[in-house]
Amino acid sequence: MSTHTEHAENPKAETVKYSITLVALLILTAITIGASYINFGSGNVVIALTIATIKGSIVALIFMHLLHDKPVNAVIGVAGFIFLGIFLLFDFLDVGSRTNPQPINLHPMPAVTAPATAGAPAAADTKKE
Amino acid sequence: MEQQFDTSKIGMWLFLATEVLTFGALFAGFGLMQNKYPQEFVEAHEKLKRWAGSTNTVVLLVSSFTAVMAVLMARTNQAKKCAMYLWLTVGCAGIFMCIKAYEYTSDFEEGLYPAKYYSHVGDLIPGSHGYATFFSFYFMMTGLHGLHVLIGMGLMSWLAIRASRGEFSDKYYTPVDLVALFWHLVDLIWIYLFPLYYLIT
Repeated sequence: MSTHTEHAENPKAETVKYSITLVALLILTAITIGASYINFGSGNVVIALTIATIKGSIVALIFMHLLHDKPVNAVIGVAGFIFLGIFLLFDFLDVGSRTNPQPINLHPMPAVTAPATAGAPAAADTKKE
Repeated sequence: MEQQFDTSKIGMWLFLATEVLTFGALFAGFGLMQNKYPQEFVEAHEKLKRWAGSTNTVVLLVSSFTAVMAVLMARTNQAKKCAMYLWLTVGCAGIFMCIKAYEYTSDFEEGLYPAKYYSHVGDLIPGSHGYATFFSFYFMMTGLHGLHVLIGMGLMSWLAIRASRGEFSDKYYTPVDLVALFWHLVDLIWIYLFPLYYLIT
């Protein structure tokens, strides 16, 4: 029962802790919204996602009790994000390493098919005639 | 009992990890399409109501607080307060869904539909698929998130009824704890959805 009663020893202290957490989250939300009105160029994305990650960590550590919980839960939770990170990393590496995927496929096509398309209308014309 | 509680919790965390990956795939797709249609995405995001998104963020954060308070109350044998906090959480979720419904309605009135149903007139790059792509992702992700909110509301109402019957105590509060975990994850996903859809320019 030790872990059950561990947090419950002082409900008032817990309430204060949760209230402070909520206020911190609301302040961070206000900062994100405020920052979005200022133009930092590509920095806006970085700022927004950094603040979101801070907020997410606060929620996970305090509201989801990861800070005082058995480590195995944190391991599972963090593992989910690590695998998501690997997925996103390779996704964006792939896209980032291509300059523009479309022309590579599309450019040769007019050159190759040019005689055919030039011939096609002619063939169609002859049929009409 | 202790071991049962721990085991249920691990199971819940495994489920939450799969939820992260589900939404993660959608976030990846959104990121890639944003990369492909940067101008269209900026223009499309300006059509979303920033005040609605901001209000919903605040509402969800407050609901996360009430959810964690419900767990605390269950754990400290205060059944009535536990039920009250659970109903408050359901109420916040209800406000969230009402604002979302209003947003969807006004989007539809402007012709901001997903995919081939997109019929908004007056875009800067006419004929680009970028706008419809943005709204496909927007409705898919906020819709899936909204579905989670609805499921959370159902679970929370069920728990509130059970809590007022006095079924939870410091000896047994597993369902309250697990549903609260689910609810925090729903909040966590919105924490990322909000800046990506409403704020990033």
